[in-house]
Amino acid sequence: MRVTAVHQDSPLRGAPPAIRLDHASFGYGGRPFTEGVNLSVAQGEVVALLGPNGSGKSTTVRGLLGLTDHIAGSVEVLGTPLQDLADRSRLGYVPQRHTLSSSVRSTVREVIATGQLASRPWWRRATAADRATVTEAADTVGLADRLDSDVATLSGGQQRRVLIARALASRPDVLIMDEPTAGVDAANQVVLATVLRRLAALGVTMLVVTHELAALRGIVDRIVEMDAGHVSFDGTPRQYAEHRAAVSRAADAGHHHHYDVHHHDDEHDEPSGVLLSGAGPMDGPVEDGES
Amino acid sequence: MPEILSYDFMRNALLAALLVGAVAPLVGIFLVQRRLSLIGDGLGHVALAGVAVGVLLDNQPIITALIAAVFAGVAIELIRVRGRTSGDIALAVMFYGGIAAGVVIINRVDGSQSSNLTSYLFGAITTTSTGDLIVFGVLSAVIIGVTLALRHRLFLAAGDEEYARASGLPVMALNITLSVLTAVTVVVSMRVVGLLLISALMIVPNAASQQVARSFRSATLWAVLFGMLSAVGGVVTSFYADTAAGGTIVLLAIAIFLLVAAVAALVTVATAHRHRVSERHPHEHGPGCGHEAVPHGDHVDYVHGSHLHAPHGGHYDEHADHATYPGATDPSDQEHVTR
Ligand SMILES: Nc1ncnc2c1ncn2[C@@H]1O[C@H](COP(=O)(O)OP(=O)(O)OP(=O)(O)O)[C@@H](O)[C@H]1O
Ligand SMILES: [Mg+2]
Ligand SMILES: [Zn+2]
Ligand SMILES: [Zn+2]
Ligand SMILES: [Zn+2]
Ligand SMILES: [Zn+2]
Repeated sequence: MRVTAVHQDSPLRGAPPAIRLDHASFGYGGRPFTEGVNLSVAQGEVVALLGPNGSGKSTTVRGLLGLTDHIAGSVEVLGTPLQDLADRSRLGYVPQRHTLSSSVRSTVREVIATGQLASRPWWRRATAADRATVTEAADTVGLADRLDSDVATLSGGQQRRVLIARALASRPDVLIMDEPTAGVDAANQVVLATVLRRLAALGVTMLVVTHELAALRGIVDRIVEMDAGHVSFDGTPRQYAEHRAAVSRAADAGHHHHYDVHHHDDEHDEPSGVLLSGAGPMDGPVEDGES
Repeated sequence: MPEILSYDFMRNALLAALLVGAVAPLVGIFLVQRRLSLIGDGLGHVALAGVAVGVLLDNQPIITALIAAVFAGVAIELIRVRGRTSGDIALAVMFYGGIAAGVVIINRVDGSQSSNLTSYLFGAITTTSTGDLIVFGVLSAVIIGVTLALRHRLFLAAGDEEYARASGLPVMALNITLSVLTAVTVVVSMRVVGLLLISALMIVPNAASQQVARSFRSATLWAVLFGMLSAVGGVVTSFYADTAAGGTIVLLAIAIFLLVAAVAALVTVATAHRHRVSERHPHEHGPGCGHEAVPHGDHVDYVHGSHLHAPHGGHYDEHADHATYPGATDPSDQEHVTR
C-alpha cells in the first residue's frame, strides 16, 4: 500500500491527520443528525468507532465520503477540506452491507476492479499494473484463488472481503469500513481480523465502525464511542475498558445490582487474547509492507 | 443465393435484425442488473406518442419517437432520484398516457383501420427502407460505442450505486445515460419487433445468458449472441413460415432461453459427481495455509490429507477423482493430518 508505516506515538512530522473533524455535523435533507463531532485520525492509526444502533456512526463516516450532507463544522481529509477533495479514491470505502448484488453474474475480479474506476478517466483502459493491483488486493484478503468465481456463490464473510479488496484496489491512503464483521460467523471473523491486522501492519490508516470490538482486539489503536449523534468517549482501548467499567458500576449502583457480576467488558483490557496468538489455523504469514 | 437474399427488402430486414439483435441485449443487461427489466416497455409506450406526433405532422416518426423516448428516459431518472412513492404513479401516468395518446392520435389521422398503428406496435421489419437502415446503423453504432466505453462504470453504478457515489463517479449522469441508451434502443427496435415486444428482446437473451455465463463480460457476449441468433433466425423463419416477424423473433428468443436452461440443468446433474461437497471445514484454504496448492486446469486444488479440496463458491468440492494418493480413507479422519 502507498502509506508509510507510522505509529500513533511517533506521528509523521508535519504530516496532516488523515481525517480531522472539527465541530462537524452531518445529516439528511439539510437537517443535522450528528452535532459537534470532534475526531482526528492520525496517519497510520487504526480507530474503532463504536456506539449503539442509530447513534450516527454511519452518518458520520458516510459524511466523510460525501454520502450524507455536511451541514456544519470543518472536515479535512489528508489536510484538504472535504469540499475541495478532488481525488476521492484516496479514501477507500467498505459499505455497511452484508452481500453483493446478485442480479447478474459477476466475478470477484470484476467486482474488485470497479474500485479503480474513479481514479482513471473513462477513455483509459486498465493497465497491466492496475490488473496486478487487483490480484494483489485479492491476495491481501485471502481470495486470490477465487478471482474468477461468481461472487454470488461466495459466503457472506467472503463477500465482505471482496468489498474490502475493492476498497484496496484504488490504493487508498485511508480505509473507512462500516461494520466489516457484522453478520459474519466466528471463523470468518477470525479471517477478517487477520486481514485487518495485515493491513494495520502495512501502515494503512483505518476507521472501522464496529459492534464487535473483541474481533479487532490488538489491532485498534484508539476507540471513539458515539451516542445520539455526539462523541461520548475518545481514548485508548485500556481507557475505554475503564470507562465501560465505570459506566456499568454507575448503572449497577443506580439499579442496586451486585456490581461484582457485571464485568463483561473487562475483556477489552487484556492486551492480547487468543485471537491474536498467531497460532490459529487462519494465520497466514503477514506480508511485509512493500509496494 | 438463397431465395431470401434475392429480395432487397429481406436483405434490409436481415441487416436491421442483426443490429437490433446485438444492441438490445447489450443495453438490456444493465437493466436486468438494476432490476428495471420493464423500463424498456414503458419507454416503448411513450415512444408511441412520439410516433403519433410524427404521423400528425407528416414528419419522420423515428425522429419524434426518439425525442419522446429520450425525454421520458431522462424523466424516469429524475423522478426515481426523488425517491418518493408517488414516483411510481408518475411513471405509470407517463407510460399509459403515452400509449393512449399515441393510439388516439394515430387513429384520428389514419382512420380506425390504421395499419400504421399495428406496424409500430408489433413491428414491420419488411418495410425497412435503405434510408431507415442507415439511420438504424448510425444509432446502433452510437449505442454500441457509448455502452462499450462506459461498460465498467455502468456496471458499477447499476450494481452498487452507493459505492459508485462514494468513489466520486457521476452516478446520476451514468443513470441518465443508461436511460437514454434504453430510449434509443427502443426506437431502433421499434420497426423490427414493435413497441410492445421490445422489452422482450432486451431481457430474454440476458435471461438465457445468465444460465451459461460465469462473468459479467461473458454474460454480455452470450446475450448479444443469443439476441442476434433470435433476431436473424426470427426473420428467416417468418419469411418461410409466413408469420409475423416481431412475434417470431420473441418466440425464438424464448425457445433459446428454455433450451439453454434445460441444457444447463442437465449439465449440473451430469457434473454432480464433481461437486461433492467436502466435509465441513474449520479453516479456509489459501496461500500459505499449510496445505499444498495444486493448480488443476481452471482451478486450484488443496491437498488435504489424502484427498483434494477445490474451492467452489463458499464451500469446497471433493476432487477425489484427481487425487494423487489413491485409496483415500474416510475424509473426516484426515481432517488435521497435514497441520
Ligand atoms: N437516508 C436517511 N434519511 C434520513 N434519516 C436517516 C437516513 N439514514 C439514516 N437516518 C437516520 O440517521 C440516524 C443515525 O443512523 P446511522 O445509520 O448513522 O446509525 P448507526 O450508528 O450507523 O447505526 P447502526 O449501528 O444501526 O448501523 C438514524 O436515526 C436514522 O433514522
Ligand atoms: Mg451504521
Ligand atoms: Zn461445489
Ligand atoms: Zn488449508
Ligand atoms: Zn478434507
Ligand atoms: Zn480439481
